[in-house]
Amino acid sequence: MKNSEPIIKCRGVHKWFGEFHALKGIDMDVYEGEVIVIFGPSGSGKSTFIRTINHLEEHQQGDIFVDGIELSRDVRNIEMIRMETGMVFQQFNLFPHLSVLQNITLAPIWVRNWPREKAEDKARELLELVGIPEQAQKFPGNLSGGQQQRVAIARALAMEPKIMLFDEPTSALDPEMIKEVLDAMINLARSGMTMIVVTHEMGFAREVADRMYFFDEGRIVETGTPDEIYKNPQEDRTKLFLSQILHH
Amino acid sequence: MASIDSDSEIIRPPQPPGILRWIQENLFSSVFNSILTVVLLPAVLFLIYQILVWVVIGADWKAVSQFPLLYAVGQYPRDQLWRVGIFLSSLIFLMGLSWGRWGGLLRSISLAVSGFFLMLAVLPFQHPALTLGMRLYLGSNLPIALAGYLLGKKTPIKDYLIIAAWLLVPVVGVILLAGFESSTAIPAVQTTLWGGLLVTFLLAAGGIVLSFPLGVALAFGRRSSLPVVSAFSTVFIEVIRGVPLVTILFMFSIILALFLPVESRIDRLVRALMAVTFFSAAYSAENVRGGLQSVPLGQIEAAKALGMGSLKTTIFIVLPQALRAVLPAIVGQFIALFKDTTLVVIIGINDFLGIGRSIINSDPEFVQLRTEVYIFMALVYWIFSYLMSLASRRIESALGVESSL
Repeated sequence: MKNSEPIIKCRGVHKWFGEFHALKGIDMDVYEGEVIVIFGPSGSGKSTFIRTINHLEEHQQGDIFVDGIELSRDVRNIEMIRMETGMVFQQFNLFPHLSVLQNITLAPIWVRNWPREKAEDKARELLELVGIPEQAQKFPGNLSGGQQQRVAIARALAMEPKIMLFDEPTSALDPEMIKEVLDAMINLARSGMTMIVVTHEMGFAREVADRMYFFDEGRIVETGTPDEIYKNPQEDRTKLFLSQILHH
Repeated sequence: MASIDSDSEIIRPPQPPGILRWIQENLFSSVFNSILTVVLLPAVLFLIYQILVWVVIGADWKAVSQFPLLYAVGQYPRDQLWRVGIFLSSLIFLMGLSWGRWGGLLRSISLAVSGFFLMLAVLPFQHPALTLGMRLYLGSNLPIALAGYLLGKKTPIKDYLIIAAWLLVPVVGVILLAGFESSTAIPAVQTTLWGGLLVTFLLAAGGIVLSFPLGVALAFGRRSSLPVVSAFSTVFIEVIRGVPLVTILFMFSIILALFLPVESRIDRLVRALMAVTFFSAAYSAENVRGGLQSVPLGQIEAAKALGMGSLKTTIFIVLPQALRAVLPAIVGQFIALFKDTTLVVIIGINDFLGIGRSIINSDPEFVQLRTEVYIFMALVYWIFSYLMSLASRRIESALGVESSL
């Protein structure tokens, strides 16, 4: 599989917020079916980077190719890439005025132009997959954080994306709910989905990640398999950061 | 269900206090409150008694009760009243239909209106306006509402058909009221003859229905990234909000007429409608803009991440949440508009208030009775304003239950 073209290809990606240089030349290749974990201190640019992949943030220099399409300012390209990449946010961002089922079926019906029945069947199937089939008619405000995040995963999957982006999906959750969300993500990873996950959940990384990237100050400091990163980190900054998050 | 402490005693919520307890807690909770109660209670009761005595014995409601049709439709030709009747009954039928389909507040409104008519129909005394035909017509509205209800409840009528009917019936109704110059079946009735509640409702409903989309458009216009659009919207909003409604009414009724050639003159009722519409739209626009700003950025990002374009994001995500946030302010704006329609009196349109004033001025005897007339009119305005605020609260709570995020 890894012989083919990467599904995501980034070359020298730079991003500034005003004067602040947030991304200082990121290169990354992600192949189909890979699970990538990005970690690093806050402000290291890891969230900014993952948001450039579906153009929620615009990169000002460098090239990003997603599934062979170049991410440029062309609105049609951007919308095409967004249809192929699902995103799960730290704050869930479910639509509070729509029921769980409507949250999931909205985009398939209005963007993919599926008939309502097909979209609803797909939604029920996905709710089953993330373990909350009984919540279809409820509104997001009546769900726990963990349930909301699992709905958000189902909502992103409903568009049948080729890539899933997770932006700190468990950071806003109470500790007892983290596991239910991680379980859903582990299932997804084992089903062969291409995933880029920004997270500090090292258990998750050890279990399913193919490669890990350590970000600091807008650069990739170190990359390797989970084994390499945990057992034998090369860089001092990586060692320091790992010791901080693993021993608290 | 695994219960951990199924043996433990169930603690019931505290009971609401009884009447005696309520009186003690609310009226005699301290010495000062007890004195206040003892002094004020008789005073309040005395006041209520005095008001009741005045209403029943002291007041003379002649100036109100003699002219029910004048208050209702103004000078609309009495032999053409059936046109107003058909319009009104089709609205009542539609209300019944929507009640059958969606339930909710429309049940109360359609039943209240048609029930009130039925009550008028069976009034046990003679009145020149209550002819046999009028009594039959008034009485028929309750069955009409119920027929609409059954149709909406029992048959699989599509929702969009009902909505289309709601859009179509007012337009057809107004055409029916206006008639055609050449027609003998429905001869033209000049709008100078229209008046009373008919005009008040047409102006208020027309103003609400037209100003709302215009207000939403202006709100988006003001936020637009196109400089021309945003400048136009901003100037429009600020100019209209900067002048009193009276000025705008004068402008539309007099100045507009001066500039346009006689043959292309817009009907003066339409001009008044335009004035209240623009006035209300400017205020609605600012309300809606406040709502648009209250929608979190994360909502827009989530929609975009799903591949939704700007238009779809706006329609499905931003606008519903924005409007829900500012619903009370918007309904407040509608109520203000409803009451502001009284200002059309000054450009010579006989709305409900105008009819009352002309009745008072028509006879020296009635000048003495103006208190009764104004109290009656105030009551009517209050009833309809209160209905609107009731509707707003129902909608709010319906929307609030759905999501408490």
